[in-house]
Amino acid sequence: MKTPMPEAWTAGLELAPDDLGPISRTMIALYAGGSNDHNPLHLDPAFAQAAGLPDVIGQGMLTMALLGRYITSLVPQRCLVSYGLRFMTMSQVGEVLRCSARVVGVSRDGAGNRTANLEVTAFRPGGEALAAGEAVVRLSCDENGD
Amino acid sequence: MPVADKVGLELPAFEVDVERFQLRLFAAAIGERRPEYLEVEAARAAGYPDLPAPPTFAFSIAMRPDDAFDLLRLLDLGVARVLHGGQSFKYVHPICAGDRVRVNRKVVDAYEKKGGSLQFFIVEVTYSDARSGRDLIRARQTIIHRPEAAE
Repeated sequence: MKTPMPEAWTAGLELAPDDLGPISRTMIALYAGGSNDHNPLHLDPAFAQAAGLPDVIGQGMLTMALLGRYITSLVPQRCLVSYGLRFMTMSQVGEVLRCSARVVGVSRDGAGNRTANLEVTAFRPGGEALAAGEAVVRLSCDENGD
Repeated sequence: MPVADKVGLELPAFEVDVERFQLRLFAAAIGERRPEYLEVEAARAAGYPDLPAPPTFAFSIAMRPDDAFDLLRLLDLGVARVLHGGQSFKYVHPICAGDRVRVNRKVVDAYEKKGGSLQFFIVEVTYSDARSGRDLIRARQTIIHRPEAAE
Protein backbone atom coordinates (compact mmCIF):
# COMPACT_ATOMS: atom_id res chain seq x y z
CA MET A 1 0.00 0.00 0.00
CA LYS A 2 1.57 3.24 -1.08
CA THR A 3 0.71 6.56 0.52
CA PRO A 4 0.00 9.37 -1.97
CA MET A 5 1.98 12.60 -1.66
CA PRO A 6 0.65 14.92 1.07
CA GLU A 7 -0.53 17.44 -1.52
CA ALA A 8 -3.07 14.82 -2.64
CA TRP A 9 -4.43 13.94 0.79
CA THR A 10 -8.19 14.12 1.30
CA ALA A 11 -10.52 13.37 4.20
CA GLY A 12 -10.98 9.66 4.84
CA LEU A 13 -7.63 8.60 3.34
CA GLU A 14 -5.91 5.79 5.26
CA LEU A 15 -2.16 6.29 5.09
CA ALA A 16 0.18 3.30 4.69
CA PRO A 17 0.81 1.79 8.14
CA ASP A 18 4.23 0.73 9.38
CA ASP A 19 5.52 -1.67 12.01
CA LEU A 20 8.06 -0.18 14.43
CA GLY A 21 10.08 -1.84 17.17
CA PRO A 22 10.14 -4.43 18.66
CA ILE A 23 10.15 -2.71 22.04
CA SER A 24 13.09 -4.71 23.34
CA ARG A 25 14.59 -4.53 26.83
CA THR A 26 17.55 -2.78 25.25
CA MET A 27 15.34 -0.15 23.62
CA ILE A 28 13.48 0.47 26.91
CA ALA A 29 16.79 0.76 28.80
CA LEU A 30 18.39 3.11 26.25
CA TYR A 31 15.20 5.17 26.21
CA ALA A 32 15.31 5.47 30.02
CA GLY A 33 18.82 6.87 29.72
CA GLY A 34 18.20 9.10 26.73
CA SER A 35 14.94 10.50 28.10
CA ASN A 36 16.07 11.26 31.67
CA ASP A 37 13.45 8.89 33.07
CA HIS A 38 15.22 6.51 35.44
CA ASN A 39 11.99 4.98 36.79
CA PRO A 40 12.89 1.39 37.79
CA LEU A 41 9.48 0.21 36.57
CA HIS A 42 11.09 0.20 33.12
CA LEU A 43 14.51 -1.11 34.11
CA ASP A 44 14.31 -3.55 37.02
CA PRO A 45 12.13 -6.66 36.65
CA ALA A 46 12.14 -7.28 40.42
CA PHE A 47 10.90 -3.75 41.04
CA ALA A 48 8.20 -4.15 38.39
CA GLN A 49 7.10 -7.45 39.91
CA ALA A 50 6.95 -5.93 43.40
CA ALA A 51 4.64 -3.31 41.86
CA GLY A 52 2.35 -6.07 40.62
CA LEU A 53 3.50 -6.28 37.00
CA PRO A 54 4.82 -9.46 35.38
CA ASP A 55 7.90 -7.70 33.95
CA VAL A 56 9.23 -4.25 33.12
CA ILE A 57 6.97 -2.17 30.86
CA GLY A 58 7.71 0.21 28.05
CA GLN A 59 7.41 3.94 28.61
CA GLY A 60 4.31 5.68 27.25
CA MET A 61 6.60 8.36 25.86
CA LEU A 62 8.60 5.68 24.03
CA THR A 63 5.41 4.66 22.25
CA MET A 64 4.80 8.33 21.49
CA ALA A 65 8.34 8.70 20.14
CA LEU A 66 7.97 5.67 17.86
CA LEU A 67 4.62 6.86 16.54
CA GLY A 68 6.32 10.25 16.09
CA ARG A 69 8.95 8.61 13.87
CA TYR A 70 6.13 7.14 11.80
CA ILE A 71 4.39 10.53 11.47
CA THR A 72 7.63 12.23 10.39
CA SER A 73 8.11 9.52 7.78
CA LEU A 74 4.83 10.74 6.23
CA VAL A 75 5.66 14.47 6.40
CA PRO A 76 8.94 16.20 7.39
CA GLN A 77 9.13 17.18 11.06
CA ARG A 78 9.11 20.88 10.20
CA CYS A 79 5.57 20.35 8.81
CA LEU A 80 4.31 19.05 12.17
CA VAL A 81 2.03 21.62 13.85
CA SER A 82 0.82 19.58 16.83
CA TYR A 83 0.81 16.01 18.10
CA GLY A 84 -1.09 14.52 21.03
CA LEU A 85 -1.87 11.06 22.36
CA ARG A 86 -3.93 9.36 25.07
CA PHE A 87 -2.09 6.41 26.60
CA MET A 88 -4.51 3.53 26.91
CA THR A 89 -2.42 0.63 28.10
CA MET A 90 1.19 -0.28 28.85
CA SER A 91 3.52 -1.78 26.26
CA GLN A 92 5.23 -5.06 26.99
CA VAL A 93 8.74 -6.26 26.25
CA GLY A 94 9.05 -7.62 22.73
CA GLU A 95 5.98 -5.97 21.19
CA VAL A 96 6.08 -4.61 17.66
CA LEU A 97 3.92 -1.49 17.22
CA ARG A 98 1.63 -1.24 14.22
CA CYS A 99 1.53 2.53 13.54
CA SER A 100 -1.32 3.92 11.50
CA ALA A 101 -2.77 7.25 10.44
CA ARG A 102 -5.98 8.37 8.78
CA VAL A 103 -6.74 11.81 7.34
CA VAL A 104 -9.76 13.14 9.22
CA GLY A 105 -9.93 16.46 7.39
CA VAL A 106 -8.00 18.95 5.29
CA SER A 107 -8.31 22.72 5.73
CA ARG A 108 -6.41 25.98 5.42
CA ASP A 109 -4.71 27.65 8.37
CA GLY A 110 -4.70 31.39 9.03
CA ALA A 111 -1.79 31.91 6.65
CA GLY A 112 -3.52 30.02 3.80
CA ASN A 113 -1.40 26.89 4.13
CA ARG A 114 -3.22 23.60 3.62
CA THR A 115 -3.15 21.49 6.78
CA ALA A 116 -4.41 17.99 7.50
CA ASN A 117 -5.79 16.61 10.75
CA LEU A 118 -4.64 13.04 11.21
CA GLU A 119 -6.01 10.45 13.59
CA VAL A 120 -2.95 8.43 14.66
CA THR A 121 -2.85 5.11 16.51
CA ALA A 122 -0.24 2.66 17.78
CA PHE A 123 -1.64 -0.87 17.93
CA ARG A 124 -0.27 -3.86 19.81
CA PRO A 125 0.20 -7.10 17.85
CA GLY A 126 -3.19 -8.39 19.03
CA GLY A 127 -4.96 -5.30 17.64
CA GLU A 128 -5.53 -3.46 20.93
CA ALA A 129 -4.73 0.27 20.78
CA LEU A 130 -1.75 1.16 22.95
CA ALA A 131 -2.08 4.88 22.32
CA ALA A 132 -4.26 7.02 20.08
CA GLY A 133 -4.59 10.68 19.27
CA GLU A 134 -4.15 13.40 16.66
CA ALA A 135 -1.47 15.11 14.65
CA VAL A 136 -1.94 18.29 12.63
CA VAL A 137 0.47 18.66 9.71
CA ARG A 138 1.09 21.28 7.04
CA LEU A 139 0.75 19.62 3.65
CA SER A 140 3.50 21.65 2.07
CA CYS A 141 6.22 23.46 3.88
CA ASP A 142 9.70 24.44 2.87
CA GLU A 143 12.70 25.20 5.00
CA ASN A 144 11.12 28.48 6.03
CA GLY A 145 8.10 26.66 7.43
CA ASP A 146 7.94 28.72 10.59
CA MET B 1 -7.75 19.26 49.45
CA PRO B 2 -10.30 19.44 46.60
CA VAL B 3 -8.54 18.85 43.32
CA ALA B 4 -9.72 22.20 41.97
CA ASP B 5 -7.59 23.95 44.62
CA LYS B 6 -4.48 22.65 42.87
CA VAL B 7 -5.23 24.58 39.68
CA GLY B 8 -2.77 27.43 39.37
CA LEU B 9 0.08 25.71 41.24
CA GLU B 10 3.38 26.40 39.51
CA LEU B 11 6.93 25.13 39.74
CA PRO B 12 9.92 27.48 39.54
CA ALA B 13 11.23 27.84 35.99
CA PHE B 14 14.56 26.25 35.15
CA GLU B 15 16.90 26.15 32.15
CA VAL B 16 18.42 23.23 30.27
CA ASP B 17 21.15 23.09 27.63
CA VAL B 18 20.20 20.79 24.74
CA GLU B 19 23.25 18.72 23.87
CA ARG B 20 24.23 16.66 20.84
CA PHE B 21 25.23 13.68 23.00
CA GLN B 22 21.77 13.34 24.50
CA LEU B 23 19.99 13.90 21.18
CA ARG B 24 22.10 11.14 19.61
CA LEU B 25 21.40 8.79 22.53
CA PHE B 26 17.68 9.57 22.32
CA ALA B 27 17.71 8.97 18.56
CA ALA B 28 19.55 5.67 19.01
CA ALA B 29 17.05 4.62 21.67
CA ILE B 30 14.04 5.16 19.41
CA GLY B 31 15.67 3.65 16.34
CA GLU B 32 15.89 6.99 14.55
CA ARG B 33 18.60 6.58 11.90
CA ARG B 34 17.89 9.44 9.51
CA PRO B 35 21.12 11.45 9.11
CA GLU B 36 19.58 14.85 9.87
CA TYR B 37 18.97 13.67 13.47
CA LEU B 38 22.49 12.28 13.93
CA GLU B 39 24.98 14.25 11.83
CA VAL B 40 25.42 18.00 12.09
CA GLU B 41 26.22 18.43 8.39
CA ALA B 42 23.03 16.61 7.42
CA ALA B 43 21.02 18.68 9.93
CA ARG B 44 22.37 21.89 8.41
CA ALA B 45 21.65 20.62 4.89
CA ALA B 46 18.07 20.06 6.08
CA GLY B 47 17.87 23.70 7.21
CA TYR B 48 18.51 23.30 10.94
CA PRO B 49 21.32 25.16 12.78
CA ASP B 50 22.36 21.91 14.52
CA LEU B 51 20.89 18.47 15.33
CA PRO B 52 17.08 18.85 15.67
CA ALA B 53 15.30 17.36 18.67
CA PRO B 54 12.73 14.75 17.55
CA PRO B 55 9.06 15.65 18.16
CA THR B 56 8.71 14.16 21.65
CA PHE B 57 12.17 15.01 23.04
CA ALA B 58 10.91 18.12 24.79
CA PHE B 59 9.23 15.93 27.41
CA SER B 60 12.71 14.76 28.45
CA ILE B 61 13.95 18.34 28.76
CA ALA B 62 11.45 18.84 31.60
CA MET B 63 12.53 15.61 33.36
CA ARG B 64 15.21 16.36 35.92
CA PRO B 65 16.99 13.13 36.84
CA ASP B 66 18.19 14.81 40.06
CA ASP B 67 14.63 15.71 41.05
CA ALA B 68 12.30 13.53 39.00
CA PHE B 69 9.32 13.91 41.32
CA ASP B 70 9.18 17.66 41.96
CA LEU B 71 5.90 17.90 40.07
CA LEU B 72 4.33 15.02 42.00
CA ARG B 73 5.47 16.60 45.28
CA LEU B 74 3.87 19.88 44.23
CA LEU B 75 0.61 18.02 43.63
CA ASP B 76 1.10 15.85 46.73
CA LEU B 77 0.70 12.62 44.76
CA GLY B 78 2.40 9.29 45.44
CA VAL B 79 4.57 8.06 42.55
CA ALA B 80 3.12 4.55 42.84
CA ARG B 81 -0.42 5.87 42.36
CA VAL B 82 -0.03 7.98 39.21
CA LEU B 83 -0.05 7.27 35.50
CA HIS B 84 0.84 9.40 32.52
CA GLY B 85 -2.57 9.53 30.89
CA GLY B 86 -1.83 11.67 27.87
CA GLN B 87 0.59 14.12 26.31
CA SER B 88 0.39 16.77 23.63
CA PHE B 89 2.77 19.19 21.94
CA LYS B 90 2.19 22.36 19.89
CA TYR B 91 5.28 23.14 17.80
CA VAL B 92 6.14 26.80 17.40
CA HIS B 93 9.87 26.75 16.59
CA PRO B 94 12.31 23.80 16.35
CA ILE B 95 14.52 22.88 19.31
CA CYS B 96 18.11 22.01 18.33
CA ALA B 97 21.38 21.09 19.98
CA GLY B 98 23.03 24.22 21.35
CA ASP B 99 19.75 25.77 22.50
CA ARG B 100 19.26 26.79 26.09
CA VAL B 101 15.61 26.07 26.89
CA ARG B 102 13.62 27.66 29.70
CA VAL B 103 10.91 25.37 31.13
CA ASN B 104 7.79 26.59 32.93
CA ARG B 105 5.26 24.18 34.44
CA LYS B 106 1.81 25.09 35.74
CA VAL B 107 -1.30 23.14 36.70
CA VAL B 108 -4.06 24.45 34.43
CA ASP B 109 -6.91 22.06 35.17
CA ALA B 110 -7.93 19.38 37.66
CA TYR B 111 -11.04 17.24 37.93
CA GLU B 112 -12.36 13.95 39.24
CA LYS B 113 -14.20 11.03 37.72
CA LYS B 114 -15.87 7.91 39.07
CA GLY B 115 -16.96 9.58 42.27
CA GLY B 116 -13.45 10.75 43.12
CA SER B 117 -11.69 7.40 42.66
CA LEU B 118 -9.80 8.89 39.71
CA GLN B 119 -8.27 12.36 39.70
CA PHE B 120 -6.94 14.12 36.60
CA PHE B 121 -4.36 16.91 36.63
CA ILE B 122 -3.50 18.81 33.46
CA VAL B 123 -0.08 20.43 33.54
CA GLU B 124 0.95 22.96 30.93
CA VAL B 125 4.67 22.97 30.17
CA THR B 126 5.98 25.82 28.08
CA TYR B 127 9.42 25.72 26.51
CA SER B 128 11.05 28.95 25.41
CA ASP B 129 14.47 29.97 24.21
CA ALA B 130 16.25 31.22 27.34
CA ARG B 131 18.34 33.71 25.32
CA SER B 132 15.74 35.24 23.00
CA GLY B 133 12.52 34.47 24.91
CA ARG B 134 11.05 32.96 21.72
CA ASP B 135 8.33 30.34 22.18
CA LEU B 136 9.50 26.87 21.13
CA ILE B 137 6.92 24.30 22.25
CA ARG B 138 3.72 24.36 24.32
CA ALA B 139 2.98 21.01 25.88
CA ARG B 140 0.25 19.57 28.07
CA GLN B 141 0.42 16.40 30.12
CA THR B 142 -2.39 14.54 31.84
CA ILE B 143 -1.52 12.93 35.16
CA ILE B 144 -4.04 10.36 36.38
CA HIS B 145 -4.04 9.71 40.11
CA ARG B 146 -5.81 6.94 42.04
CA PRO B 147 -6.19 8.24 45.61
CA GLU B 148 -5.78 5.72 48.44
CA ALA B 149 -9.18 4.54 49.60
CA ALA B 150 -10.26 6.30 52.81
CA GLU B 151 -10.02 4.09 55.89
